[in-house]
Amino acid sequence: MRKSAADRFRHLFNRSLVFVRNQQNQQHHRLSPIPLSSSPFSSMASDSPFPVTAQNINPQVLKCQYAVRGEIVTLAQNLQKDLQANPGAHSFDEIIYCNIGNPQSLGQQPITFFREVLALCDYPALLDKSETQGLFSADSIERAWQIVDQIPGRATGAYSHSQGIQGLRDTIAAGIGERDGFPCNADDIFLTDGASPAVHMMMQLLTRSEKDGILCPIPQYPLYSASITLHGGHLVPYYLDEATGWGLEISELKKQLEDAKSKGINVRALVVINPGNPTGQVLAEENQRAIVEFCKKEGLVLLADEVYQENVYVPEKKFHSFKKVSRSMGYGDNDLCLVSFQSVSKGYHGECGKRGGYMEVTGFSPDVREQIYKVASVNLCSNITGQILASLIMSPPKVGDESYESFMAEKNAILSSLTKRAKSLEEALNKLEGVTCNKAEGAMYLFPRIRLPEKAIKAAEAEKTAPDAFYCKRLLNATGIVVVPGSGFGQVPGTWHFRCTILPQEDRIPAIVTRLTEFHEKFMNEFRD
Amino acid sequence: MPPKPLDYESINENVKKAQYAVRGELYLRATELQKEGKKIIFTNVGNPHALGQKPLTFPRQVVALCQAPFLLDDPNVGLLFPADAIARAKQYLSITSGGLGAYSDSRGIPGVRKEVAEFIQRRDGYPRYISSPYSLFFLTLHCVNLFKRVLSLVSNLLDKVINYFILYFSDPELIYLTDGASKAVMQTLNTIIKGEGDGIMVPVPQYPLYSATIALLGGTLVPYYLEETANWGLDTNELRKSITEGRRKGLNVKAMVIINPGNPTGQCLSAENLREVLQFCYDENLVLLGDEVYQTNIYQDERPFISSKKVLMDIGPPLSKEVQLVSFHSVSKGFLGECGQRGGYFEMTNIPPETVDEIYKVASISLSPNVPAQIFMGLMVNPPKPGDISYDQFFRESKGILESLRRRARIMTDGFNSCRNVVCNFTEGAMYSFPQVRLPPKALEAAKQAGKVADVFYCLKLLEATGISTVPGSGFGQKDGVFHLRTTILPAEEEMPAIMDSFKKFNDEFMEQYEDHRGYSRL
Repeated sequence: MRKSAADRFRHLFNRSLVFVRNQQNQQHHRLSPIPLSSSPFSSMASDSPFPVTAQNINPQVLKCQYAVRGEIVTLAQNLQKDLQANPGAHSFDEIIYCNIGNPQSLGQQPITFFREVLALCDYPALLDKSETQGLFSADSIERAWQIVDQIPGRATGAYSHSQGIQGLRDTIAAGIGERDGFPCNADDIFLTDGASPAVHMMMQLLTRSEKDGILCPIPQYPLYSASITLHGGHLVPYYLDEATGWGLEISELKKQLEDAKSKGINVRALVVINPGNPTGQVLAEENQRAIVEFCKKEGLVLLADEVYQENVYVPEKKFHSFKKVSRSMGYGDNDLCLVSFQSVSKGYHGECGKRGGYMEVTGFSPDVREQIYKVASVNLCSNITGQILASLIMSPPKVGDESYESFMAEKNAILSSLTKRAKSLEEALNKLEGVTCNKAEGAMYLFPRIRLPEKAIKAAEAEKTAPDAFYCKRLLNATGIVVVPGSGFGQVPGTWHFRCTILPQEDRIPAIVTRLTEFHEKFMNEFRD
Repeated sequence: MPPKPLDYESINENVKKAQYAVRGELYLRATELQKEGKKIIFTNVGNPHALGQKPLTFPRQVVALCQAPFLLDDPNVGLLFPADAIARAKQYLSITSGGLGAYSDSRGIPGVRKEVAEFIQRRDGYPRYISSPYSLFFLTLHCVNLFKRVLSLVSNLLDKVINYFILYFSDPELIYLTDGASKAVMQTLNTIIKGEGDGIMVPVPQYPLYSATIALLGGTLVPYYLEETANWGLDTNELRKSITEGRRKGLNVKAMVIINPGNPTGQCLSAENLREVLQFCYDENLVLLGDEVYQTNIYQDERPFISSKKVLMDIGPPLSKEVQLVSFHSVSKGFLGECGQRGGYFEMTNIPPETVDEIYKVASISLSPNVPAQIFMGLMVNPPKPGDISYDQFFRESKGILESLRRRARIMTDGFNSCRNVVCNFTEGAMYSFPQVRLPPKALEAAKQAGKVADVFYCLKLLEATGISTVPGSGFGQKDGVFHLRTTILPAEEEMPAIMDSFKKFNDEFMEQYEDHRGYSRL
């Protein structure tokens, strides 16, 4: 009894303390912008009562940057909230997110066959019901059976092997074999939650200290810079040549490699993004051969980001995997360390929310592969839905299957529409004063160069922002169109760009073009030298 | 020819250092044996569906419908799906931006985070309106808070003042959904650890996710031992000893991990014990990482699960305003057991906004957690309610699973305790039994000759003889000279007696072979 009375007293006392402290704090608030990290009643001797503050967290976390979801996007989200609260507050009625390759958020419909199979695997009880045949295509039911049977115990809710379900890896390996004309071993496949964790895993494996360097294209997809920073490594840039359609020159690679070596950097790997992000170029096979030769000669791991392999929009170019190119040169496992990344988020399917992907690792010694397996196993496994989908994209319906025709119709409609969208946006951008834009041969982005007038650069400096970020913020505020400033991807110093996806639905493109053109004219009128 | 960058000698040392026994040597050997056609009982991972547990019907129905939204337009959908699953699927699709196929907010779908926040409030009984002298006061605050959210017009100052009290609430903005709790732990530790000078206190025995992640990030693990003779109790004297030892080595000890209910040890912490832990964290300026993924797996009634957050709020200020706490939860455990979905969340308490922003930034590099698992999380924290069409079935299925687990925990610990030279604390919660095996000196000798750690030696023999795939205690940490193994309590109930019989038979033969009847290695 006494104890509980004492407890109650203490409780009341504490509550009244809340009150007192609140008033103290209210006064304090007027003085300090961060009241919670400096309390007058703190019993701690240190400056902050908290062990974890933005000042003492991992500096690599502080340092890394990821522009695709950075400041501009926060600004866009605020505008969106504002629009919901007071429609009509701005000259536009909605925010158009062209900052991120997230097709289904902009209205792209999922591929029916893939979703049928996933739904059946999510709720396998459907497979036993006769009504199911009325709602699902026969081949999706058959495929779902096949997949469920590949899962030990048919347990779709269980952790799988840390590399992914064996049967699904077999399917993927067969798909890769068919794509390349060279065999693929299912043991080389590691299924991951999207391609990003796979990239992180490789960076973690390769980086021992800041003296370890990774050759990265500039402009690059900021996953690479962020991941290298997080793991404490050193980004060694090589510039893509905008004048030759973002060409990748071996001479530039050599120059940057030598330069890094002379600074004492131990360069360990080369990142190639093909088709390019944000640059959209598709590498010629001849170019790829030279890259393979370079990596072999210099003993570099080739990290091939091939997540846009289905997104090629020009008839004169074709996607070739680095695996195929190196094998066709006669190079095998002993000649080249090659990692190829693939994702369910891109292509014609665009299933970003599923977080599915894989990496194919070849040319690694068994003890290193064991280490990769171990790191994968700490996270147990990647999500099963993503694993199943990865197997589906590498093995879609074939001629003669019930779903084949509707599948091909859906796929072709999406790809041909993307081709049209890429072309009309590119043409519109090239018409703007001071803007030049290379063709998007592949991927999902345009990366126009904007020649900003001196006055605009001055104005940006006055606001302490990069000139391209200044332009992008203005664009957002005036039109609701969200694009990412080139500085987030890297660019030749003194040049300015932005990245814009080609993903808004086709019927929206004309309106976007109009808004963009109007904005640009006004902008130039305001700042023209 | 320069050395190849991925030659074993030249890869990241931290990668080599990391160990993760749950999928280590024993597991690989078990997989080999399985390929050779031997029947293997996998009790190495808490993976219920792999051992025959059926998924709950309702969540699977909802996710299947979200996966195939065209079904929702089909007039025959009612033949296969109940109306409440259809309604729920429609509701989820309406709060996603582009269904299951679009990246969500990097922190998770706001609507699902709100469901999680409401779940936490229901679970912990905060905000508290009744039987408190300040009930009216808190109610007012709550209303003000709602008002604030609806209008979003309140000034920054008022915002801060309300925030001061909001710690009594659960704020969706401080809840991040992740691809499983493992990712959440990695993300949090990555924020905390700068280098090997940073120490993280971890219980021993521990779940090796912690040791592996700390090694990968280049930090230092500061062990504190759980007391086996006190049912794996967590003793604050031991905590003090451990932190002193860590600091003596020059470490900057920054955080402490508790696993409640314990993995692999199965104990449930009492409110009193949690109060001590929080006071300790306050005194020593540590972030508390509360691994609470087994919160619905409780197999006794004396010590129900209490969250660290609730205890912290109960203590009141100054602790409730100052102790930094990150709590983890998952869809992989509990009655749901949906391991393959990779869904989890972490909730941050008393973390300054600038740090939250940094954590957000890092989360955004991975774009978003997978969306189907986010839906599963929503369904786990907000299941069908009484009166809903699916309520009875959901209730029956989830209750059936938990009651069966409770019986299995009993069968398993009783079984171990009936074996020669084996003692086992009762599995109060979680999914594991962690018996101590007293290995005779001759067995230790034989293990040494085989070049194996003694418990690895024992577990390998067990695997070869019975097909039971366990994890040796050395993978979790244990006191020197004491040996354990971890098994899950997940094999199907009807197979349990046979499994325990075959374990007993193996153990008897093992002891017969190695015991020279002159005493044990250690009691």
